[in-house]
Amino acid sequence: MSRRDERLHVRVNPIACTAHGLCAELLPERVRLDDWGYPIVDDRPLEPELVALAKRAAAACPTLALLLERGTRPVERATGSVPPPRVRARAAR
Amino acid sequence: MSAATALPRVLAGADPHGGAPLPVHLAHHGLESLAVDPAWLVQEVERAGLRGRGGAAFPTATKLEVVGHGRRRAVVVANGAEGEPASRKDALLLAQAPHLVLDGLQLAAAATGAGEAILAVKGSARDAQSALARALGERAASGRDRVFVRVVAVPDGYVSGEESALTHLLNGGRAVPTAAPPRPFEQGVDRRPTLIQNVETLAHVALIARYGADWYRALGTPAEPGTALVTLGGAVERPGVREIALGTTLAALVAHGGGDLARARGVLVGGYFGTWLDPAAARAATLDGASLRALGASLGCGVVAVLDEQSCPVAETARVATWLADQSAGQCGPCVFGLAAIADALTSIADGRAARALATASRSSGRRGGRGRRTARFEDPLARVRRWCGEVAGRGACRHPDGAVHLVASALRTFAADFEDHLRHGPCGGCARPSVLPLPRAGGGGLELAA
Repeated sequence: MSRRDERLHVRVNPIACTAHGLCAELLPERVRLDDWGYPIVDDRPLEPELVALAKRAAAACPTLALLLERGTRPVERATGSVPPPRVRARAAR
Repeated sequence: MSAATALPRVLAGADPHGGAPLPVHLAHHGLESLAVDPAWLVQEVERAGLRGRGGAAFPTATKLEVVGHGRRRAVVVANGAEGEPASRKDALLLAQAPHLVLDGLQLAAAATGAGEAILAVKGSARDAQSALARALGERAASGRDRVFVRVVAVPDGYVSGEESALTHLLNGGRAVPTAAPPRPFEQGVDRRPTLIQNVETLAHVALIARYGADWYRALGTPAEPGTALVTLGGAVERPGVREIALGTTLAALVAHGGGDLARARGVLVGGYFGTWLDPAAARAATLDGASLRALGASLGCGVVAVLDEQSCPVAETARVATWLADQSAGQCGPCVFGLAAIADALTSIADGRAARALATASRSSGRRGGRGRRTARFEDPLARVRRWCGEVAGRGACRHPDGAVHLVASALRTFAADFEDHLRHGPCGGCARPSVLPLPRAGGGGLELAA
């Protein structure tokens, strides 16, 4: 087994995922959708500025299928502590 | 058993009529008592270099060690629930030499300190089930076994034999894969550390316990010692299970079955998660991991299927892809929709629908030419299949979609000209021929083995 990467990355639980597609809306930096609406995630470590967005995308998934992980360990799910979605200024980046 | 280099080994004393009875088994293989030192056994298995024969080729000693050192008492599972339709070896081994597998299961239980042993057998493998029932009766009467063995019939299905699916079934669920981790060796049956070993691997363990690592290494290659069971099928006169020394040439195996590589279009190695070799690669190949890896293939569960010159690789691939799509456990979107779309596109290429659609599309775009209205770049079905193969891989809970797209991608590479030809011009003369690659008959448990 290789060295554990302590940085966060996103992963999908493919059994739980039912293709709502919110993850691709909320985190296009790491998620795109395939021809059937299921997420194709880029599992490279998240840059620090993406972590909060990734947490919100994970919390917004209706089936809780989007996971944030360190190495292969799931991170405690951020739910109640996440602020409600706001209109983001990211579109103008 | 006499010379260390004699073949067969695991099939020595195998009885095709109901399995070798216990006295016959002992006359062939000896070892009256299964009380061997567990530490010595693990060490011999390691020195022997034995690797799992279920397809993943993981070092057996490592698994024995890890499971034996878990925090809770281990469970051992003999996996005879192969879902690979072209493979016959596990069912045949159980039906003909059940005592060797059961010896191996007891030895693995001793090596890991397990208090529970399970033998998973395919629900449709009736011969194996009756041979096992008889063998277990003989063993109970003779007091040979330390640990009670529970036999579990596993529903047929390509993914049923996958480790997490099997664990799920044994825990009272359906035989479908679960999202890993934890893996079974950490938390498996009853949340205990669980050793899942292919039945052939256990038969090898039983032989190593008798004759030791040096004997085991007398056949095979230095890097991959020993023998393996392979299932030869497709365009050969005598298909069936053979025991080979690892490192044997593919040509020798095919010749032994009455086939001829000089008249082959290609050879599928490793079953329906496997890889196509073109005739040149097939002639160069030896049956061991190192040689096959160099050709982009692996031995997997030991299936070798020969495609003859008259048969059509496009039609064969479309049929296998359709079957594999149908075998999805139905849990993960990319597998359900991706494999179905790939199978549909391949079928349309094989039956000529794609060629007709292409002709229509090029006529209409020709009429519109020069009008200036640019549409999105057209992606033909073959290009779409290539893209989907790349996108689907790695996105299921188990490796089923990965294996399926690996096979399709391998066919697209090996028979590139044939796929292009069918895409432009529709079916060829070979398309209507009966299937060479064995697939289960619709609605039945029986196998259609092409002669």
